[in-house]
Amino acid sequence: MRFKTFAAFVAPSLLMMLLFIAIPLFSVFTQSFYVTQPIFERVEVESCTPGFPNPVCTTRTSSRPKLDENGKTVTETRFVGLQSYRNLIQPDRVRAAVAAGSWSQLMTIDFWRALRFTLFFTLVTLPMVIVLGLTIAMAVNNAVRSIRGPVIFISLLPFIITPIIGGLSIRWLFIGDGIVTRFMEWLTSQNISMFSQAWTLELMMVIYRVWAVAPFAFVIFYAGLQTVNRDTLESAIVDGANRWERLRYVIVPHLMPLIIFVALIHLMDSYRVFEEIIAFSSQSYVISLQWLTYDLLTPDQSGNRAISRASASAMLTMVGIVILLIWPLRRTWREHKGRT
Amino acid sequence: MANAKALQQPLGLRLTSAGFLILWCLLAAFPIFWITVMSFKSPVDAFSPNPLAVIFGPRTRAEGNGLSIIDIVLGLGLLWLSFRLAFGWLPRMVDRFSRPGTIILGWIIAVMGYALTFVLVFFVLLPVLLAGLNAIAGTLGQPIIGLTTENYRAVWVENQFYRNFINSMIVTGGVVTISLTVGTLAGYGLSRSGSNLAFWLLIVALVFRALPHSVLVAGYLPVFINSAEILRPILGDAAPTLYGQPYAVIAVLVAINQPFTIWMLRSFFQNIPTELDEAARVDGCSHFQAFRRVIMPVMWPGVITTGLFSFLLAYNDFLVASLLLDAQNQTMVPAIASYFNRETTTTDQVEAIAAAVSITAPLFLLVMVFQRQIVSGLTAGAVKG
Repeated sequence: MRFKTFAAFVAPSLLMMLLFIAIPLFSVFTQSFYVTQPIFERVEVESCTPGFPNPVCTTRTSSRPKLDENGKTVTETRFVGLQSYRNLIQPDRVRAAVAAGSWSQLMTIDFWRALRFTLFFTLVTLPMVIVLGLTIAMAVNNAVRSIRGPVIFISLLPFIITPIIGGLSIRWLFIGDGIVTRFMEWLTSQNISMFSQAWTLELMMVIYRVWAVAPFAFVIFYAGLQTVNRDTLESAIVDGANRWERLRYVIVPHLMPLIIFVALIHLMDSYRVFEEIIAFSSQSYVISLQWLTYDLLTPDQSGNRAISRASASAMLTMVGIVILLIWPLRRTWREHKGRT
Repeated sequence: MANAKALQQPLGLRLTSAGFLILWCLLAAFPIFWITVMSFKSPVDAFSPNPLAVIFGPRTRAEGNGLSIIDIVLGLGLLWLSFRLAFGWLPRMVDRFSRPGTIILGWIIAVMGYALTFVLVFFVLLPVLLAGLNAIAGTLGQPIIGLTTENYRAVWVENQFYRNFINSMIVTGGVVTISLTVGTLAGYGLSRSGSNLAFWLLIVALVFRALPHSVLVAGYLPVFINSAEILRPILGDAAPTLYGQPYAVIAVLVAINQPFTIWMLRSFFQNIPTELDEAARVDGCSHFQAFRRVIMPVMWPGVITTGLFSFLLAYNDFLVASLLLDAQNQTMVPAIASYFNRETTTTDQVEAIAAAVSITAPLFLLVMVFQRQIVSGLTAGAVKG
């Protein structure tokens, strides 16, 4: 295909991505160095209360946003350099916390709290999703052919359901005196409240995520299991390999590219953990990086959005994802070079 | 045949495997099943401490809303019948009555007609018939399971959830159409070009796919809010404020979805042998004609699968719509967040559950109809990409 035809085919998609992904990224980058604020002016207000013989008058200066002739607030945009990043990371408090050797002090800063949970969540769910997905795939592969269709249908439900709704459906099992909480209370005969401390919330989020993503891993591993070479399996049996050894030395190596694929997709997706925070309303105990950006973008009580700090947090989130992706991307590049 | 025997598994292992499978299916389906049951009960029953009370709903029954044995038998029978008709009779009728080339139009008309008939029969005809039957049936006509559709009525009629539904349909419809049009062109171009440029485009798309959506929204938000002022020099007074507009959200979701779409479509196009293009080219087609007349007709399965995933992305999106749309134009999923945030009474909570089930029902149908396509879509990316 000539370059011109190729360009004609790719142009619309490229334009969309340029306009709505590349340019916004660039503008986020620049926004993070500027702060837009309403201009405040100081005015002296004299307030008097009736008194005898003279009214008691006090003057105090208060600041109020300056209005233009249309009654809109006048804003100014200032270059602040790295100030937004500093507001987010709070290096002074980090230094103080490190000097004091206090982990809990470090965790009072939103950014570090979010980073800790995001990384913890990503690393904990990854092996669980892969192991559970592989187990289901092998169990389905063992099962009678006629029940495989219905099992796949049921398994797809958690994966396909809207993430927020999936999270909510788990939340409603636990919240207040939901039936699972009640069951656990009956088992342990003590009062359990799943929504009032961080670790139970994190546990529920991990359960939800594994529940929702394991079907994806299962479908892919199941497809991979169909192509396992029977000859290799049989020669392994002839060589005296037991079941475990066959799994370890024949099946898992065969599935390795798929395991890497699932791990890569899961890495990207769980690093973006966000819906769980909304569904479990966990923001006062547990937050994630993407939720932090979201929260800064949402108008606060006075209707202002912290665009600059949100941009800074977005940039830092992006740096994280690039670091996570370096290794798989280098691998793809080497494969591509090997092919051509 | 010694090998086949050696591959056979001991009974214990088979039992463990089957038991595990049953456990998994229960775990997978239970939360969804449970919220569906809860959504049909009055608040007292839905949050009852006793699971049996949640299922049978004594309070709901006492309020006069319930199903008798006749109701259950007839209702399930009708459901089963309509299911059989939808998967057996309907496809045959569509095949017979639609001319070649208009098969999609035929399906759209058939599905809409079928849905309308189903709603009429199930919600208008059946209740009247059953009311009469229950009155004369004696004990068989006594309600045994409490069930009320009051929560759904409150959500859809009183709280005007249908507005959110319409917005969701506008957004998802737009996203699916545009991202497929743009995506098939790009996917075809990328699959037929082995150049380094094509490779780099794909890699950039992969990085874009990994971006958290809030990062991008942070870029749009200030521009969209001030777009009227920014665009005024170009468009004059017609310059729109993009914030709160569904079509702005469509554009954003299409772009976010684009990396994934072109990856998936590319892997489907790669399965189509290049000999097909070459034959068309020899016969005098231009590249675009070859794409339109020769490749697209064999690409339908891939397009449908990719369309499904675009649909899911747009339908399930919370973050983009909740930040870029205001309350009047909100889609379904962000609208539900406002429900459970203000949950104060159990009535509100049950209504939130009914709204959640309403959102899930179309997805359930989707899996039922397109299970094969969804599975093939998941594996296409993995095995080729």
